Amino acid sequence: AQQQLGREHQGITLRGSAELVAEFFSYGINSILYQRGIYPPETFTRVQKYGLTLLVTTDPELTNYLNNVTEQMKEWLYKCIVQRLVVVISSIESGEVLERWQFDIECDKTAKDDEGPREKSQKAIQDEIRSVIRQITATVTFLPLLESACAFDLLIYTDKDLAVPEKWEESGPQFIANSEEVRLRSFTTTIHKVNTTVAYK
Amino acid sequence: MAQFLFEADLHGLLKLDTPIPNAPPARWQRKAKESGPGPSPVGVSPMKPANRSHSFSKTPSKTPGKSGSKIQSTPTKAGGDRYIPNRSTMQMEMANFLLTKENDPAEESPTKKEQQKAWAVNLNGFDVEEAKILRLSGKPQNAPEGYQNNLKVLYSQKMTPGSSRKNSRYIPSMPDRILDAPEIRNDYYLNLIDWSSQNFLAVALDNSVYLWNHASGEIIQLLQMEHPDVYISSVSWIKEGNYLAVGTSSAEVQLWDIQHTGSRAVGARTGHIHHHDVRVAEHHVATLTGHTQEVCGLKWSLDGRYLASGGNDNLVNVWPCTQGGGGDFAPVQTFTQHQGAVKAVAWCPWQMNVLATGGGTSDRHIRIWNVCSGACLSAVDAHSQVCSILWSTNYKEFISGHGFAQNQLVLWKYPTMTKVAELQGHTARILNLTMSPDGTTVASVAADETLRLWRCFEMDPIKKKEKEKANSAKSSIIHQSIR
Repeated sequence: AQQQLGREHQGITLRGSAELVAEFFSYGINSILYQRGIYPPETFTRVQKYGLTLLVTTDPELTNYLNNVTEQMKEWLYKCIVQRLVVVISSIESGEVLERWQFDIECDKTAKDDEGPREKSQKAIQDEIRSVIRQITATVTFLPLLESACAFDLLIYTDKDLAVPEKWEESGPQFIANSEEVRLRSFTTTIHKVNTTVAYK
Repeated sequence: MAQFLFEADLHGLLKLDTPIPNAPPARWQRKAKESGPGPSPVGVSPMKPANRSHSFSKTPSKTPGKSGSKIQSTPTKAGGDRYIPNRSTMQMEMANFLLTKENDPAEESPTKKEQQKAWAVNLNGFDVEEAKILRLSGKPQNAPEGYQNNLKVLYSQKMTPGSSRKNSRYIPSMPDRILDAPEIRNDYYLNLIDWSSQNFLAVALDNSVYLWNHASGEIIQLLQMEHPDVYISSVSWIKEGNYLAVGTSSAEVQLWDIQHTGSRAVGARTGHIHHHDVRVAEHHVATLTGHTQEVCGLKWSLDGRYLASGGNDNLVNVWPCTQGGGGDFAPVQTFTQHQGAVKAVAWCPWQMNVLATGGGTSDRHIRIWNVCSGACLSAVDAHSQVCSILWSTNYKEFISGHGFAQNQLVLWKYPTMTKVAELQGHTARILNLTMSPDGTTVASVAADETLRLWRCFEMDPIKKKEKEKANSAKSSIIHQSIR
């Protein structure tokens, strides 16, 4: 609790920023899974976050899986070696990639050398994150229906020379051919900047 | 190494002591062939003059004659004890280029690579080549078998059967009346119809307002905007029914006096008017800063104590009302549960502090709240965009208007939240609902340019009489107290 308080009043540190962004990814991915109907809506529960009511999964396996990703992201964000997180939605039967949510991360590497925290209120960051999550929800109005049952995949773009940790394997980018792309809002913590785009057939 | 061969070549060229075996046949040879095996071109000296050029371009063939026994159409490699290159098939220029380049092999590639890298960084924000793409293995099991993506069900919803309980009254499934509403603006965020207590239905069609007298059926055009680009964004009657407030796209509100048709009362908005302003979030009594995007639903509670607002930012705010207030207000309640724009806002007429809200396309839920405790009393998935909710004064029910795919009106029983009936007919999404002063009829206007009147809250005569008695008793009391 002490640390959190410190974060709120003192501005943004590199570790704080990494946590904020990793947290955003966790809720963002949950929102996508709910909104796009990848998992049944009954398996989601409502939580309050960012001044919004968000839906997160109750499925223990899925929660576990996402927690792994979040923890790993925190670490990599802190080291500024992760560049992109992608949620790939593909049809289970055909394996065709139908939707691709891409979160680009720009990391200000000088933050590592910074003496003190940076000036940006938590509230301002929260507001920005809120806008992005609302946009993700709103995309359901124009994204094409996902007819068949779909599965999702998480891809992370990291620095080339990073040692691949256990449980992770290398993969291709899984692009969509001839896709439409929509760029959503971005948010920044002054240390990490996240841009969101969604590509669909 | 090649340069030595080349040198040898040169020498060979200069010397020309042997015939060049694998060159294409000279003209005279070809001629000889044509004429058939005739006299062999013997005696042609190898020193037949030909353009001898030492340039690196194609050296023309100079073939001294060989004996006619050799009929060759294509040059073949001669047997022989040394390598004699076929110069004409060689690409001299290319060879030269490569040769001169050989000494500096790294010259071209790094700069090009640098360039490509710069492009890549620009395009991707980082060096994609350098990035590794990782995928977390051990993905959890997918949704169980038989789970069909819910969204599909949502958007292709079939008719749901009505509630099993027998309806205690007959609700006609066809509208009582259908009126034409040409040029109506298909905008979710506008409020284009309102029914006055004097039984006039005001309809805003693009830039004009028409009044329809429900009793007589006559239509009057009340006004038309002067400016062609300005359209009407909302209409609202004052409680007494003699003034109509008209909101325009130019952020103006006009007050029209109906009794003296055409006369316009210039006035500021007062708290009595039920205001449905779309684009303006900060207006009315004071600065109600609670919404970060357009306010699309606005309703005073029936006792005038609260103002409920729904916004494009998915929030519902409940504001307290203080008489003659000024200064900043903070909402007493903020509800964030809706996942879509909240346009449908309605207060329950028979239960204090109960508010019904409906969400837009991304949400599709109707929620009932207690504004004192802040609790959500119930929520129901309506499977479709909710544009408007109206509570009935005659029955313990409320009606909601919807969009895609059924464009229907749904009657719900409160508080059980069961569907009483579904009224179909509109062929495009419903934009607004309003109720007649006697509470029996609901008018709905939709993007299909029709206005339909549904007689869904018809009172049966006995009950009606009781109600009237109660009402008159109440009003007489009020009159007495005023005096």
